[in-house]
Amino acid sequence: MSTALLIARRELSSYFRSWIGPCLLAGMLLVDGLLYYFYNGLDKKLLSGEVLAQFFYTTSGVTMIASVLLTMRLLAEERQTGSLVLLNTSPVKDRDIVIGKFLAAYAVLVLGTLLSVYMPAWLFVHGKVAIGHIVVGYLGLMLLGAALTSIGVFGSALASSQVVAVIVSALIAVVFVLLWLVAKATEPPLNQYLNALAVHHENFRPFMQGILQPSGVIFYLVFTYAFLFGSVKVLEARRWQ
Amino acid sequence: MIEIQELYKYYGDQRAVGPLTTNIERGEIIGLLGLNGAGKTTTLRILACDLLPTSGSVKVAGVDVVERPDDVKAKVGYLPDRPPLYDEQTVSDYLTFAARLRGVPSSKTAKLVAEAVELTELGDVSKKIIGALSHGYKQRVGIAQAIVHAPELVVLDEPISGLDPVQIVEMRELVKNLKGDHTVVLSSHILSEISETCDRILVINSGKIEWSGTETELSTALRQGTRVAITVRVAGASSEAALARASEVAGKVAGVSAVEAAASHETGPGVASISVRGEGDLRDALCRALVQADVGVIALGREQELESMFLELLGESGEGAPVRRKKKRRKDGDAAVEAAPPAPTDGGAA
Repeated sequence: MSTALLIARRELSSYFRSWIGPCLLAGMLLVDGLLYYFYNGLDKKLLSGEVLAQFFYTTSGVTMIASVLLTMRLLAEERQTGSLVLLNTSPVKDRDIVIGKFLAAYAVLVLGTLLSVYMPAWLFVHGKVAIGHIVVGYLGLMLLGAALTSIGVFGSALASSQVVAVIVSALIAVVFVLLWLVAKATEPPLNQYLNALAVHHENFRPFMQGILQPSGVIFYLVFTYAFLFGSVKVLEARRWQ
Repeated sequence: MIEIQELYKYYGDQRAVGPLTTNIERGEIIGLLGLNGAGKTTTLRILACDLLPTSGSVKVAGVDVVERPDDVKAKVGYLPDRPPLYDEQTVSDYLTFAARLRGVPSSKTAKLVAEAVELTELGDVSKKIIGALSHGYKQRVGIAQAIVHAPELVVLDEPISGLDPVQIVEMRELVKNLKGDHTVVLSSHILSEISETCDRILVINSGKIEWSGTETELSTALRQGTRVAITVRVAGASSEAALARASEVAGKVAGVSAVEAAASHETGPGVASISVRGEGDLRDALCRALVQADVGVIALGREQELESMFLELLGESGEGAPVRRKKKRRKDGDAAVEAAPPAPTDGGAA
């Protein structure tokens, strides 16, 4: 685990030694702010709970897009520049590489997401807000972000370039996000399975409302683990190519 | 130090390496010499545990690369053909990261990084961002990361590729300085570079070791069958007649096994060039015979130099090799091999 943290620390510093980290954070905040303003403008008469639910809904979209953008470089860029050889030829487990990369991208994502906390905090000025709602909403964003970041790591492990990585990750993400639409067009019990697998719709909505459902937490954790496990297997398979 | 038994590596259906069997002793500097695509990089990547072999056994210091790759990795430092650098890091930060990654305890990291910086003469740039360094310095940083954890085996894939002449000389010295503390395996497709640095040369072709020995042994073995390039001028004769006359006289010299017409660098009436193959050094005998037969010798020299001998060893014909190398140049801009067209290398006008 210490090796994974070593890799995560280097990766994290590289985010902020280049334009990628600051630009992505600024972009997340900008889009979050714009969406918050246009969906919950002062001229609208909404309950505080509705404003919060709307905020978490729009922010979840930003979080998902940011996850894919943050992760596209992780392994694909190292493969492109040749620096992945350093990791591959060091006594480091593939799982440490994957966990280290995941942690770094996830840390940036968490930072970008948490920086938006001033927006729901405004509600304390003019409305009544349950802190629990905010906490659960952000927990949902974190879990959703972890799931999407793991998809990004997987896409980056598969691809040989950043462009391909972002396309592969986005395609996988879109499929898992839109499963609820496919569920609508199918009969029971298949639609229930598809709905349960949808990365956003039914699994995220309770978090938006401030409802903490253990099944949702478990879903996101298993989902994240599955894609990180897949990433490790992709790295292992590449040595046998 | 390294035991390779019946190593094979396939990429799909294509055999990249094999069958390859060789042993390398501790403390040796070994040069792996071969053309592009001969299997050098694949062999080195397997040694560094960057790739797994399809079959066969590879052991480094008695440890198998498939069974205990992490133990092998701790004993090996690897510089691929493109140094694995993080451009946004400073040299010292990068080397510290590389050392920690290789399992060096934090208490020893600073000392080992300082030693690697000193050996590779990176002191002046140790606080600079890697992305701002020249190609030569980046190559040094690449070597520094390969030795920073004091490995028993250092594997360098074409360490002099792309360096200017001054940097090449410095790199040779650097590699020589590694001797003693490390066993070094380096690859190149330039024989002269390998021959100046290495104790022993392994010539690899189509994934197999074609030849193994010291540079002196290689030169001796190959120069037994030397070619001599001769340009003649016969007064009052046509070029065709001069060629026929020179070929006839040269063919009668003791030790000559073959005489061929060659492309002439000189032009003019009665001027022709021949290429003579034979046993040993035939230059003086050929010159004497031609002059005595009233055939003027205007240029004479040993055609073989190390690069063309290398190609001959690999079974490339004198005419075929340059054509193949030209194709390579168009593809990847690699000019190094091409710098040695078959032409006289010593001797001169007689």
